[in-house]
Amino acid sequence: MIIQTLAFYLFSSVTVFAAVMVISSKNPVHSVLFLILAFFNSAGLFVLLGAEFLAMILVVVYVGAVAVLFMFVVMMLDINIAELKHGFLQYLPLGGVVGLILLLELILSLGGFIISSQSQSSIAAPRPNINEVTNTEAIGNLIYTNYIYFFQAAGLILLVAMIGAIVLTHRSRENVRKQNISDQINRRPQDTIEIKKVTTGSGV
Amino acid sequence: MGGIAISHYLILSSIILTLGVFGIFLNRKNVIIILMSIELILLSVNINLVAFSAYLGDLVGQVFALFILTVAAGEAAIGLAILVVYFRNRGSIAVEDIKMMRG
Repeated sequence: MIIQTLAFYLFSSVTVFAAVMVISSKNPVHSVLFLILAFFNSAGLFVLLGAEFLAMILVVVYVGAVAVLFMFVVMMLDINIAELKHGFLQYLPLGGVVGLILLLELILSLGGFIISSQSQSSIAAPRPNINEVTNTEAIGNLIYTNYIYFFQAAGLILLVAMIGAIVLTHRSRENVRKQNISDQINRRPQDTIEIKKVTTGSGV
Repeated sequence: MGGIAISHYLILSSIILTLGVFGIFLNRKNVIIILMSIELILLSVNINLVAFSAYLGDLVGQVFALFILTVAAGEAAIGLAILVVYFRNRGSIAVEDIKMMRG
């Protein structure tokens, strides 16, 4: 009991710290690294909540794909770091006021949240006993049956994102020699080879 | 879950969401940080969904968190692709420069 409470406070405080550093650090590379830290600690929170599958997916997808993509773009773009922070203090008062109001509203409305006893009647997919069915198996049983159309739509979203990213960033450059297979196959000996009669003794 | 009430998780996710919104306000010169702030906001939504799923004993919350993860990955890919194209054209990634696209 006490270990779980301690783990919750450890994970959540590190997550909040990392989130603060993401938005306030000077170097974008440090921001990406703190984003990875925030994702790792959120994965810890998910394990604490009994959602192991999502925790592992969070690490694989966010740390393994999204954060690396961010890192790749940060390294690829040649950005002047000193110029980026210009105007940071200019927006601090307005952003601070808006953020503070938002946080107060959220905490006041959610802080006293308790789950009603009547909510048990409206559960769509009750969680099976963890000793009989693992979390991964239970989620698999759900997404491949009741939520198969959503699952397919998620796959379509990824396909569209992939095609969109390729179409956006692809450029055909001039002066690049590429292999053209149909041209190679269509080449005939008559078009390219010429037979010359060379008279003996005169050279070519 | 132990002795932690669900409101702890809700307050944690509110803090992360606020930090995400705050980051969008603060970093007007750097679109990469804004995209990271959006990732933070989506992460807070995921924490909310998983917390509710755990405390209600309902698995649907985790399924939807999975779908939000998919959308976040696609959003990051498209956003960074747009950013790369924009940087190629303009040579900067400041949000304020985008207003030149206004007709």
